[in-house]
Amino acid sequence: MQVFKKIGLGFAAMLASLNAFADYSWNFPEPVTPMALDTLHVHNKFMLITMVIFVVVLAIMIYSIFAHRKNKGYKAVADKAPSTAVEIFWVLVPFFILLLIDFVIMGIPAYHSVVMMEDTRDKATMVIKVTGSQWRWQYEYLDGEAQGIKFVSNLTTTDDQQKNLAEKSENYLLEVDNHLVLPVGEKVRILMTSSDVLHNWWVPQFGSSRVAVPGFIRETWVQVDKAGTYRGQCKELCGKGHGYMPVVVDALPMEEYKVWVAAKKAEIEKAGEIKEMTKEDLVAQGKGVYEKNCAVCHQVNGAGLPPAFPAMTGSKIALGPVFGADGKYLKDGHLDRLLNGKGVMPSWKATLNDTEIAAVITYERQALGNAATVDPIVQPAQVKAARQ
Amino acid sequence: MSATTVAHDDVHHDHPTGIMRWLTTTNHKDIGTMYLTFSLVMFLVGGAMVLGIRAELFQPGLQLMNPDFYNQLIGVHALIMIFAALMPAATGFANWMIPLQIGAPDMALPRLNNWGFWLLPPSAILLTLPFTLALFGIGDGAIATGWTFYPPLSVQGGIGVDFAIFAVHLLGVSSVMGSINIIVTLFNMRAPGMTLMKMPMFAWGWLITAFLLVATIPVLAGAVTMLLTDRHFGTHFFDAAGGGDPIMFQHLFWFFGHPEVYILLLPVWGFIPQILQTFSRKPMYGYKAQVYSLWAIGALAVVVWAHHFFTAGMPVPALLYFMYSTMAISLPLAVLFFCWIKTMWKGSMTFETPMLFAVGWIILFGIGGLTGLVLADVAADAQYHNSYFVVAHFHYTLFAGGIMGIMAGVYYWLPKMTGNMYDENLGKLHFWLTAISFNLTFIPQFFVGLAGMPRRIPDYALQFAEFNMISTISAFALGLSQLLFVYIIIKCVKGGKKATDKVWEGSEGLEWTLPSPPPYHSFTEQPVIK
Repeated sequence: MQVFKKIGLGFAAMLASLNAFADYSWNFPEPVTPMALDTLHVHNKFMLITMVIFVVVLAIMIYSIFAHRKNKGYKAVADKAPSTAVEIFWVLVPFFILLLIDFVIMGIPAYHSVVMMEDTRDKATMVIKVTGSQWRWQYEYLDGEAQGIKFVSNLTTTDDQQKNLAEKSENYLLEVDNHLVLPVGEKVRILMTSSDVLHNWWVPQFGSSRVAVPGFIRETWVQVDKAGTYRGQCKELCGKGHGYMPVVVDALPMEEYKVWVAAKKAEIEKAGEIKEMTKEDLVAQGKGVYEKNCAVCHQVNGAGLPPAFPAMTGSKIALGPVFGADGKYLKDGHLDRLLNGKGVMPSWKATLNDTEIAAVITYERQALGNAATVDPIVQPAQVKAARQ
Repeated sequence: MSATTVAHDDVHHDHPTGIMRWLTTTNHKDIGTMYLTFSLVMFLVGGAMVLGIRAELFQPGLQLMNPDFYNQLIGVHALIMIFAALMPAATGFANWMIPLQIGAPDMALPRLNNWGFWLLPPSAILLTLPFTLALFGIGDGAIATGWTFYPPLSVQGGIGVDFAIFAVHLLGVSSVMGSINIIVTLFNMRAPGMTLMKMPMFAWGWLITAFLLVATIPVLAGAVTMLLTDRHFGTHFFDAAGGGDPIMFQHLFWFFGHPEVYILLLPVWGFIPQILQTFSRKPMYGYKAQVYSLWAIGALAVVVWAHHFFTAGMPVPALLYFMYSTMAISLPLAVLFFCWIKTMWKGSMTFETPMLFAVGWIILFGIGGLTGLVLADVAADAQYHNSYFVVAHFHYTLFAGGIMGIMAGVYYWLPKMTGNMYDENLGKLHFWLTAISFNLTFIPQFFVGLAGMPRRIPDYALQFAEFNMISTISAFALGLSQLLFVYIIIKCVKGGKKATDKVWEGSEGLEWTLPSPPPYHSFTEQPVIK
């Protein structure tokens, strides 16, 4: 066993020296939740065990390769099968070594990790709902003082950066407009679902990842013990925007978190106000909404990606009537398509507020090479009425 | 490859020549040759696709392709490599070598054999046709869901998904027919005196593979058919809105998908010990222990499937069961590794190319196996799952464990098949180029995976840039090295030093008692095993 220890220590030293290269990352990033810390320990321990196995086995084999060569005049020693009790014992040695490693050295800590990972409710102080959709995350606070806060988190890395036309920002592809904000030190139960296909909400420093399944609720939990901003990505292939729906979480100390909650509530209240807007204001606001939510399929210039994603420019829907003679929105009209979706086109009812829907419709009708004459603009109040 | 076998035709037989020979043949060696050639061609096609992927990942940003096309490449690369490169290679060896190894004149069901092969080219066309159709504005390209077909993404997808479903059906039918043929041959056509426990290890590996295929391919066929009806006929097997469950597909798929890993590896575990014993010049160690271990792995293979989607969410007892049962696979594997090394131990070893590949295979497959052991841990799997760590892990098992194993087999049996020795120096060069560039491609992927890079993304954050660049450069070296492999094979088929019947000094077994290349009807008189 002395030899094993030495080799183990040697490897530990080697790993430590590898960690000295600060620019590269050789292992999991710094853990900030109990789960991630546990995962890192489990990982390090298992890696060490498997490396020891690997090195020992390799050493035996390499010794044999150099010692038992024909060109050194080594004559083969005939041994056909384990026939005596001693030989059978030797075949079973690796079996029992692995039995010990699998079910005792690795198996027992693994059991505790699983139980900890799946205990989402015990001592949880708040609940949030995370909804994956192509290709953005929606967050909703379900209880406590933040109850009712609900927003969408979109990638902010520009198209130009992705196409190498502009310099890439520091957090290229890992930056969003609205960060999820969580209080430090609180156990947060996360309910996970999806509005379309499978997604997976993953922040490497949190050590938890769970698939968002449409029509089902899955659970996980995080307890961020260190204030900071943490970044991750969707981890389940979810279509062409799979690489473009990052997760960004701000962990704030409780007092700062409370300030954020108050500010966010005020902001949402203000955004929800319905007021009469001019065409110019609607188009200006609509441009932002469009580029965040629609451009990924219909493209920034409105050209779309036919046949899957039709062009906005010259579109029959964007130029045709929105409302019927009775003032109600038409089936398969512009507003209907946004509120209810069709096929690959998602419903935006729950994602965008009245003003945003009115603005983006007006933008699509009056910009991107379009100039609709029937129903040229849509007012927030009309959207609000249409929802009822 | 076996053009020279024509010379050994018995004169009273009337065999068509030229193209008709290959279209109508029911000869196990001709069909084996076609399987192996098909596999080699598709290996290059799948390889070219992955070089496109690696080129895109050379630097952050989108340089060469849009994300949708990228997603198509990753899925079709995997489907081609698994179904059209690795599986046909193993079946090709089975066709060539099983009758030779058990002293039979041919496979038991020669016409089925012919049919099994001729289903492959249409399915390869089905897989790749959507790329071409998209160029003419028909559909939006090939399947873009990865090779796993997960709904609802695959329900949302375009005609590429339908093409892939039908391709998988054809490939599945072909595999089941090949398996039935192998099972029937092994049970009925062994030479007198060759009891089951005297069968060559390669035959054992294939027998278990064949049972796994017959057991699991129908489940895959059912799953993709349900997907097809969900897509076009309004069923809701995998749609919660109609009472279905998307995760049920994952259970069905991986009930096939995990055994599939062993389907790809068991034939290799069969002939690697034969190579080791040949070049160690002593009988393989622990024949019985190896056979029992292969059975144990075959049995465990069908009861561990859910470890492929721990993060999809399941009850704690299920997580624990699938974790512990997965870990248990390492027990018979440890016995196998022990036997392989013990076979080499105190042998009189030489290191021709097949032996180099076999030894390199033990080391690299060992890395794949050990990383698989840590992946079984549910908590750690939350981090590894769908990251590049997993990509590196399964390329150690399937490229090193699968394809490099197949390469060992190619060098080992090529002289027997063609009657000519391959160029030993070039073979050794091919080994070293492959082994080194393979490691330089995939070791960096372990590190980017641990650092948090998800798989199946066309573009990535700046922190992953250096490792991806190393990986891409090495991948091109790995890809180009395979052209040398093709050259070596062609050169060997065309000529070279004549091979003796025994080919290798230490070779044992019935296939080495026949001339190189063997006569058209392998054993016209049954040899007797004492």
